[in-house]
Amino acid sequence: MKIAVCVKHVPEGHSKLDPGSKRLDRSGEGALNQFDANAVEEALRLKGDSDTEVVVVSMGPEKAADSLRKALAMGADRAVLVTDDALAGSDLVATSKVLAKALERESADLVLFGQQASDADGAVLWAAVAERLRRPVVSQAAELSIDGGTVHVKRQTEFGYDLIETALPAVVSVSDAINEPRYPSLKGIMGAKKKPSETLSLSDLGLDAGEVGEAGSKTEVLALGSPPPRADAKKIEGDANAAQAIVDFLAEKRLV
Amino acid sequence: MASILVFLEHHGDELQKGSLGVLSKAAQLGGGDVAAVLVGVGVKALASEAGTYGATKVHVAEDASLEPPLPQARVDVLAKVVREGGYDTVLFANSVLAADIASGLAARLDAGLNWDLADIALQDGALVGKRPALQDSVLADVGWRSETRLALFRSGSFDATPGAGGTAGGEPQVEDVAVELEEHSRGAKVVDQQLEESSGPSIEDADVIVAGGRGLGSPDKFTLAEELARALGGAVGATRAVVDAGWYPYASQIGQTGKTVSPKLYVALGISGAIQHKVGMQSSNVIVAINKDANAPIFEFSDLGVVGDLHEIVPKLTELLNQRKS
Repeated sequence: MKIAVCVKHVPEGHSKLDPGSKRLDRSGEGALNQFDANAVEEALRLKGDSDTEVVVVSMGPEKAADSLRKALAMGADRAVLVTDDALAGSDLVATSKVLAKALERESADLVLFGQQASDADGAVLWAAVAERLRRPVVSQAAELSIDGGTVHVKRQTEFGYDLIETALPAVVSVSDAINEPRYPSLKGIMGAKKKPSETLSLSDLGLDAGEVGEAGSKTEVLALGSPPPRADAKKIEGDANAAQAIVDFLAEKRLV
Repeated sequence: MASILVFLEHHGDELQKGSLGVLSKAAQLGGGDVAAVLVGVGVKALASEAGTYGATKVHVAEDASLEPPLPQARVDVLAKVVREGGYDTVLFANSVLAADIASGLAARLDAGLNWDLADIALQDGALVGKRPALQDSVLADVGWRSETRLALFRSGSFDATPGAGGTAGGEPQVEDVAVELEEHSRGAKVVDQQLEESSGPSIEDADVIVAGGRGLGSPDKFTLAEELARALGGAVGATRAVVDAGWYPYASQIGQTGKTVSPKLYVALGISGAIQHKVGMQSSNVIVAINKDANAPIFEFSDLGVVGDLHEIVPKLTELLNQRKS
């Protein structure tokens, strides 16, 4: 069996926007998106000591190789990085096109995603990728198991849990409640450097620069502004009269 | 002028407040008639309620294959309705289901999807989305470059207001959608559902929410939050930390991996105000926080911050509120 895990390299620390391009500033240090670590962990758990191959796939700048190396150090077998200057500024439509092309080359039985990207808070990519691959998709997996050719997912929703089954091949996004990602061991970190790792350009995927990046994106940021501030915040030291002070405040705001 | 379609999500025989809120907003935009789409089993009965909230036309896809709350069959239905109805804008209220439908539809139609929007406006004849970004430190105006524009709104962005739009209480026109599903849309099956019934008003619908965090000290201290919520006529929410610790059910979780709420009053008890929690409640009208740590981040976005021991303050507060009522 083959499991592909899509991972993102995200800026570390407080994210900033570049006022010129209105894009996220990706010039600083980056790291493996923490939510994708759950997906890598889940792939490794499903693999166990079987001969299943776990491939990590990323689209991003060249520095994204660092995040792929972290996934390899955790225990993934192989890495694929799609990187090309023309990819900058890709939105959902463009990104899903690129990832779907990269995943088609792998034809993995199961494709895993983490529940969101911690930089842009996107939490939708898997469904677009699944649509392009024409495969069933299940999101928010709180539990995941594979038995024969069927994947069983316990999906967390607003109303409780749905138990969902689908035949492989399939696409699943995992919730961050599904597991605790392991830390790479020293042996894992040393070994990661020797694992196979491939870098692909747009032409390797048969894509044209006009289909991706800003040119191929269907959304745009028009302007950046500041959100309205909260007016007149009050802070009081809680003492014997604190409860009364809260009641007075609520009464003044006509909330009681 | 836009021709807008709103996806209405239902649970059981109830339309979700969030999607009705988006429908009312669409009807108030003044860009022309607004249509809605209902997908599932027994949903035709909900069409007239959609009219009440501003839909002049309701597309209804009724089929047993659409009963499970799965996204891909709904992508098939919406793609067909968009194509045949000539809609150029499709709006969704965020949910686990709606996010997956919107994203699948974006790929199907090569249509731009702007997500996590808190508002939308018609500016010089064009729709502009308002998206708070980077932990809401920035407000971005976002637009679309595709023929079809898709938008996913944060839950609680709009109040569901009856009477908006052109129907003025009249019955909407109902149009049946012939259901034809793609092969990959039939792959996933729901084999069982474990629904959690929460008592009292649900946190998405409540005007008042009293939420508890680690600072309550122990699971049994949630009674403090429950009693205060009762006195205020509100619902009880919880932080991720206490839900993970098993103190309170997931259905009450507010924040990044839980629900987003925007009640008239939000009372935070023993909640530090981590960013993961903040994103789920910061659009509340009035925020009152009680925390013994004067440096807790929650005080940065509270209207009234009380630095003190909630175990002392909350019982007194509940008593005072109950006295006022009697």
